[in-house]
This record gives sequence, C-alpha cells and structure tokens, in this order.
Amino acid sequence: MSDAAFRVCIVHLDEGKGEIVSFGDKNLHIGGSGLAAALFEKYGLPNESWSHPDQPLIFAIGCLTGYFPLMSKVVAGFKSPYHDQYAESHAGGRLALAMRFAGYDAIVLRGRARLPVAVHVGARVIETKDANYLWGANVFTTGRVIRRAFPGASGHRSIMRIGPAGETLSAYGCINVDTFRHFGRLGSGSVMGVKNVKAIVVSGDSDLPLPGPDPKAYGKLFKKVYEDMTATEMMSKYHNLGTPGNVIPINELKSLPIRNLQQTTDPDAVGISGEKFAADLLIRNAACAGCPVGCIHVGMLREQFQDEHRFQIRQVSYDHELIFALGSMVGVMDASGALALMDEVEKQGLDAMSAGVALAWATEAYQKGLLTKEQVEYDLAFGNVDAYKEAIWCLGHGKNEFYRALAQGAMVAAKKFGGEDFACVLGQEMAGYATGETFFASQSLSFRHSHLDTGAYGYDQKEHDKNADKAVKYFVDDERERVILTSLVSCLFARGVYKKGLLAECLTSVGLPDLAANLDKAADEMQRLRWRMRLSTGYEPEKTSVPKRFLEVETWAGKMDPGYLDAVRAGYIKAIRELGAPRGES
Amino acid sequence: MKILRATRMDRCIGCHSCSLACARQVHKKVSWRTAGIRIKSSGGITTGFEANVCLGCEPAPCAAACPTGAYSQRKGGGVLVKMKLCIRCGQCAAACPVDAIYLDDTGVPYVCIHCGQCVPYCPHDCIEMREKPEHVCVGGTCDV
Repeated sequence: MSDAAFRVCIVHLDEGKGEIVSFGDKNLHIGGSGLAAALFEKYGLPNESWSHPDQPLIFAIGCLTGYFPLMSKVVAGFKSPYHDQYAESHAGGRLALAMRFAGYDAIVLRGRARLPVAVHVGARVIETKDANYLWGANVFTTGRVIRRAFPGASGHRSIMRIGPAGETLSAYGCINVDTFRHFGRLGSGSVMGVKNVKAIVVSGDSDLPLPGPDPKAYGKLFKKVYEDMTATEMMSKYHNLGTPGNVIPINELKSLPIRNLQQTTDPDAVGISGEKFAADLLIRNAACAGCPVGCIHVGMLREQFQDEHRFQIRQVSYDHELIFALGSMVGVMDASGALALMDEVEKQGLDAMSAGVALAWATEAYQKGLLTKEQVEYDLAFGNVDAYKEAIWCLGHGKNEFYRALAQGAMVAAKKFGGEDFACVLGQEMAGYATGETFFASQSLSFRHSHLDTGAYGYDQKEHDKNADKAVKYFVDDERERVILTSLVSCLFARGVYKKGLLAECLTSVGLPDLAANLDKAADEMQRLRWRMRLSTGYEPEKTSVPKRFLEVETWAGKMDPGYLDAVRAGYIKAIRELGAPRGES
Repeated sequence: MKILRATRMDRCIGCHSCSLACARQVHKKVSWRTAGIRIKSSGGITTGFEANVCLGCEPAPCAAACPTGAYSQRKGGGVLVKMKLCIRCGQCAAACPVDAIYLDDTGVPYVCIHCGQCVPYCPHDCIEMREKPEHVCVGGTCDV
C-alpha cells in the first residue's frame, strides 16, 4: 500500500462482510470532498436511481484529520433522493476522529441489508448486527438503545442514526451524528434507510505514531495552530453567541426570511435572536472532537406535560439556520417555541432547514386555499407551534398523500397542489440569508445548493456594482478555495486561520510536501471532479429556476434586479458546464 | 508537589484537546486513548463528560500491586513510572480503583504522571494543577 493512498473500509451490507482497499492518491484527491467524489466515480452508478442497492454511501475524512485542531469534519457522498444526483453533506461530532483512530480515510457502505441492521466499524471490527427491533424508533431512542447494544468505548466512538424520516425515504431525511450534529441536507438519511441501515457505530480504537519526518516540528506547529484558534478573537463569534448572532444583523439588513419570505424584517425577530437564546435558554456548549472552539450551542427546552407543575426538560442544539427555518420562516418569533420545533424535527430525523421551509410553504398554501384541512390535518398558521409539532410528526412518518409529497420537497408538493411561485426552493429549500441576487443565483445553482458553497451571502452585503462577470468569477474562485478545506476536511469556521500558507506547513509536517506544493492544482482538479460527478448523474443547471417569491424580496439594498440575477445565473451555468466537462474537454 | 485535578468537568465541551495533547507531548502518539487523561461521555453527550484520570492516591494501590517496582509513589500524590521495568502484567490497571490506567493492546500502561502538559490545552479551565489539601494527604483523594 503506497503511503499516498487512502485506506478505505468497504462494508458489503448484503453479505455482512468488510473489505479493506487501498484507493486513490492523497496528492491528487486530498480527502473529504475530493476523496468522496473519487470514490463515487469508482463505485457509483450514475445512471441508476439513488435507491439502487448498489449505490454507495461514502464517508470521507482528510489527510489532516486528527492531526490538527478543527480538522474535525466528515464529508458524506451519495446519490441524493432529493434530486437523484450526486450530492455531498458535511457533519462534525466525534465521527472524524473516530474514523481516523479506527484507521480509515473513508468508509463506504455498499449493497442493502436484508433486514434492518446496525453497522459497527473499528480498527479490529467490521460487523453488522440485527437492528430490526429499532425500525420505527425516533433518533433519541435509537441513540439510547445503540449505546446499550454496543457497550464500551464511551467518548471514543461515534454513533450515526436515522429516524422515521430516513425509513420512510423522505427526500430530506438526515443522518444524526452524536446527538448534536447532522449530515443534514439532501437526504443522506434516506440513503441509509433504503439500505436498511438504522445506525452506524464507528469506534476509534487504535492510535497512531506522530506524523511526518520531524515529530518535534509537528508538535510545535500544532501548538501554534491551537493558539491561533483559541487565543485570538477570530473564533469569538462562533463560541460566544454563535451563528445565532446573525439573526439581528440580518433582520436589520432586511434579509431574514420571515413567514415564507413574505417579509425580510420584523421587530419581533428579537424574540429569536442569538442574544435572547443566550440569555434565557443556553445551558452549555459542546464541541466536535478535536476542536477547542465549542460552537455547539445547547438550549434548554422546558415543557409542561401535566398540570400541577409537571415538566420535562430536553437539551436541544440550535444555530442560525435552525432559528430561521423553524423560527422566523414559520412565524415562530419565540425562542422556546422554535426550540420545541427543533426538538420535534430532531426526533423525526429530518433536515431542519428543508422541514421548516416546506412547512412555511404549506402554511401559505393552506391560507390561500390550495390545501384542505383534511390534507394538512392541523391548523397550519404562522406562529402556531402546536400545529407545527404535529405536522412535523406527519412529515417524518409520511402520514398521508399530502405529507408524503411534502416530504419529497416543497417544490414537489407545489407542482402537485399549486403554489410554485412561493415555494422558497433554490435547488433545495433555501438557507437563512435573503441577501440579494448573487446569493439567490449562487444557491440556486451551486454544488450543494448551500449558503456555504460560496460566500455569496457576504458578497451581496459588500459588492453593489452588479457586475455579473465579477460575481461569477467570485463564485468559482471562492468555491475552489473552499474545496481545499472541505477536502482536508476542516470546519469552515476555521477558514480565517487555515490560509493556504499555513495549510502547506501543516501538510508538510505530516509528510505530504508534494500536496503542500500543489494544493491549488489539486483543488482545481477536485472542484472539476465534483462537478463532473454531479453532471454525470443528470444535473442540468439550465433547468433550475428562481421562484417568483425571491424576486419580490426587498432588502436594505432595494428591490431585486431580475436582469442582474439572470445574468449571474447565465454566467454561472456556463462556468459549471466548463468545470464539469468530461475529462479532456475542459 | 502539585497534582492534576479535573475540578470543573461540568464545563467540559468534549473537545478531547487535553488527551490529544497528553498523547502527543508525553507519549509521542496521535491518540485519544494512549494518554494519562481520557474523556468519556457518561451515556450520550447530553449527560456531560467525565475525565478518566489518576486521582493521586497516597499510598497508591497501583504502585503496591506492581511486581517489578516499575511504579513508585510520587511525592505529593500519584505515581512515577519506569517503563524499562514494566513487564506488561496489567496488575497496576487491575488495582486502580477508578479505572485511571489504560492498557493498550500490547499491555503497555498509560497513567497520568501529573506533569500538567494537558492543562494549557483545555479551553474551559476544566483541569488544573494544584496542591493536594493537607487533610487528605494520607489515604484520601477528596477533591475539595
């Protein structure tokens, strides 16, 4: 096995067997995003449905994972039930370090188990165990039972699991990772579901020698990076209020999606601000393994379940995207109410953003008479927490024809029931930044349809010259820089510290000087490979659209300019086609 | 002499920076297991975190159990370990009342030597080096 090759664990679910393969090249694929795309290129079936038993579900880490702080994320690669195209989702928790200490750069699930199973992967174990008894259990129960079914290694293992949404094959069933983190978007949970995998336990049960040619220099560099991550103010915004600190500024910029994007600002947003959460509900912070920042904000949900002061308490993690999707977007301007919805979504194993935005569309459609009470079952109205809690259960379980359609995406439901103009879908249900044309153009087309594909939401706030060519160049260049980080796989919160010079030092210290010297070239290759995989699975960017509701938005910068939006989209479509052209044609 | 105390584990965020630092700096490994301090959750992350670490017993049962003298009593609490004398019998780990000694797959023991190198890596000051209170110097390991 070459030093530059990745060590990949393939689990063949139909046989209950594992296989260890030497794959790819660290100097080319880097890891994470790049490695997942390369593995999909080898094992994926681009022309078969996402639910084909042989489609792979890939989890990949990078060559700095475990060796430096905040190199703490994992990339999942899979064919998405949302659009039946190649997709990526990212999560933290303990998974990245557990994979590193289990000795695998990637874990690939192939095939389909005959009955529901839990998969256990460690340095000396690859097994599947019957988990039929857990089918139907929510995410919380599943976590509790799996901890009992796989005792030992507490603190040094990671537990992924799905809820009912993943079992009923919602297009946005997520994978819960270690209680507070998720492979949220684009339906990886349903890929587990269709494979009959209820849970995956990864035990980080081995250890490694110090890396690189000069262990002393490595230790010194680690110390410097650690100090940069903790001693400077750079990380303050992530561990202080966290991303919820965005709610007020974005509301002031008239860019907070509210009540299905009928508004972008509302004085009541103070009720769901980061400051409000921190003052009233925050009980503690948690961290991904290997990250001292501790950006995970855990709030206390206190609910009275009986008279005579009988309460139940639960811990619920929150951040800006959840507050927008299950707060402002559904008109819940009360922090406790929003937390209650996050808790319900968590139990069902749904992507919180898609669930909130889909319910916001359903609320407006119901108000406008496109949906009947019989279909929605509960009185969906902006701000009605009790009705939304019930609706979230219906969504997770696919209770009736309407909820089954909604569980395939707001636009799928809108095409069936009407109301496409106000379905807030930009490739998938929108993120929480209605900042303007460049963000809408970027999210509608970009690889993950995520606000994190590029910094377009920030670009909207800084650049007002409406130069489409400049915006498109920014998207492409910014994405390429992010591909370095998502391949290594760093938390994107660390992007202010992990500049290319420092990354090159880190890579050299772990014995990868060639990659350090050719990082730009590798990033360019992996950006292209990702797009190539996306296009090979049927992505036609020309067919994407920006629903009318987005053009009605008015931000602090004024009304939307459809001409500029179209020009940016046209330029970006051309760029994506060029990036994703078959090898040799680009 | 001071000993390591995990005095404020209620603040722990589960980042494992302390054990990673111990493994890296003291034991020259990249690991969250081969370290003198190890972090575990006490039944899922919502229940918080515990530190598996030597409490600095005096006299130390692990030292008493060691058949080769690899373990000796450290002044002020805890033990000193001479790995050259260790025969990997595992008696130290078996004798520890709080499961603070980790044996790797080859039987090599890892125990906190109270060097304090992990302390600067805790972002929430959960751990600290402090003198053991006078009144518990014989026998006791009480933390307050």
